[in-house]
Amino acid sequence: MTGAVVRPLPDPHAFLARRARWSAPEILFWLSTLLPFWLFPDYLSLASQIAVWALFAISVDLILGYAGIVTLGHAVFFGIGAYTAGLLGKHGWGEPLSGLLIAATAAAAVGFLISFFVVRARHLALLMITIGIVFMAREAANALHWITGGSDGLQGIRIDPVLGRFEFDLWGTTAYGYALAVLFVAFVFCRRLVNSPFGLALQGIRENPTRMLAIGSPMRWRLQQVFTFSAGLAGLAGAVLAQTTETVSLESLGFQRSADVVIMLILGGTGRLYGGILGAVIFLVARDQLSDVNPRYWYFWIGMLLIGVVLFMRDGLLGGLSRLWDRVRGRGA
Amino acid sequence: MTIALSTDGLAKSFGSLAVTRQVSINVPQGGRFALIGPNGAGKTTLINLMTGLLKPDGGRILLGGEDITAAPAAARVKRGLVRTFQINTLFLNLTPLEAVTLAVCERRGIAGHAWRTVGAHRDAVDEAFAILTSLRLGHDCLRLTRELAYGQQRLLEIALALATKPRVLLLDEPAAGVPRDESAELFSAIAALPSDVTVLFIEHDMNLVFRFASRIIVLVAGGVLTEGTPQEIGADPRVREVYLGNRGHLPATGSVGGGHAHG
Repeated sequence: MTGAVVRPLPDPHAFLARRARWSAPEILFWLSTLLPFWLFPDYLSLASQIAVWALFAISVDLILGYAGIVTLGHAVFFGIGAYTAGLLGKHGWGEPLSGLLIAATAAAAVGFLISFFVVRARHLALLMITIGIVFMAREAANALHWITGGSDGLQGIRIDPVLGRFEFDLWGTTAYGYALAVLFVAFVFCRRLVNSPFGLALQGIRENPTRMLAIGSPMRWRLQQVFTFSAGLAGLAGAVLAQTTETVSLESLGFQRSADVVIMLILGGTGRLYGGILGAVIFLVARDQLSDVNPRYWYFWIGMLLIGVVLFMRDGLLGGLSRLWDRVRGRGA
Repeated sequence: MTIALSTDGLAKSFGSLAVTRQVSINVPQGGRFALIGPNGAGKTTLINLMTGLLKPDGGRILLGGEDITAAPAAARVKRGLVRTFQINTLFLNLTPLEAVTLAVCERRGIAGHAWRTVGAHRDAVDEAFAILTSLRLGHDCLRLTRELAYGQQRLLEIALALATKPRVLLLDEPAAGVPRDESAELFSAIAALPSDVTVLFIEHDMNLVFRFASRIIVLVAGGVLTEGTPQEIGADPRVREVYLGNRGHLPATGSVGGGHAHG
């Protein structure tokens, strides 16, 4: 430790600035999200679904990947957003952007109430609470069929053209543009959040709650804040789905959806925002392709992929890729 | 003499086992107190009670004269009562720079800010980097904590505590597991703390205790056996009897070459 050779100290500011800066691969990635308009015009509906799921997965990443809260109930907020936006559209409030805001706010409000329970439990108990909530929400939505349409789904939603100009069309051009724009804006917010002191505090909670107490962090409040924000984002995703498909089904707040989004996130890699996007792409493209082969058994392959990733790539596909990238670059240097 | 930290009849039992028995101590501001005692004497439990990780069954805890017995752990930190851990309790997947910056941000009340990046809070980063550099962690503060050498991780424990600007610092075996030559260095860093910072430390190495403590509290079976200056403790036959049994011996006061007591 007593260094005779004087090494220059590293520059902490340069290090942190590099962390927060938009990298070239990131910019390329976002530019490439525009390619489906030209390359896969027949798949724009699928692409907009991917954007919705990616946003949903990012909302889960904030609490699971960053703050370390496990949940299998996040579809509750997705569903609340979807039904809120759907009901608005059905009852004459067809303006999409304000519909999004109202839906996200509704989901966030419910998220804030539920956060009081969530921050009091951990591990298995927490998992059970989130599953319990999703069961209750689905049955409640089913029981309230005169409002929600029950198992028939919510029909008759009408959404006005976006910004008064872009009408939702059959080919999904507007749908994808709209979903992608919402995803990107939400992503920019999340990216700022995870690079902020608040984002650091979330990672601190994930890494070591005891230490967070010892540095005087109001942990529960921070968790409630991020849970509320995450619920709002999930609601936003649900609202986009409701507006672009002009229908809402009970499945939008079911257990399966809650589990699927976590699977996507684990596949792609937690705690890096892009993992959720990658996971959504893989999951939905695989479902689309494998369903053509055999619509009933496609979960078999997803199950196999999930096991493989969890066993051999601790940080998901994105983690594995970035390690590979580091190795390639390390060898090159 | 202002009393920085005191306990009054503090008691705690786990089931039928009394781990803290009527502990009443007074640590004056700027004091360098050592808390010694055989394993199982309840030293760490006492720190857990004082910092709020455990709730006492009876008694009071006073910080600067204010009763903090019921205050939550985080609130005690805000008032300047800060601890380190015997077993490394760190953010393994963060860099030391991020970890200490986080602690600085929590103290400054800006850890809830979610829009500007960490790096944009330049003052906080500068302060964190200065703390790390002062503990010789400047060179390695951009690596992941999990990659640091064990001794460096022990220093990071202290860096995180310092980032909260403590008025009273409770150090639970800060040099545990650190090689002897490095542990003296580590204690030198502690000794170099501002003189108005009160320090209470648990340590098994009697050489370090006698070198760095102005007073020593001896804890046995959950209760205070005695308290005094190093000279008084070194000369106390009861301490030799209870704490060291017949196997070891306490070093002659102030001299080097005593026993390394570890039960």
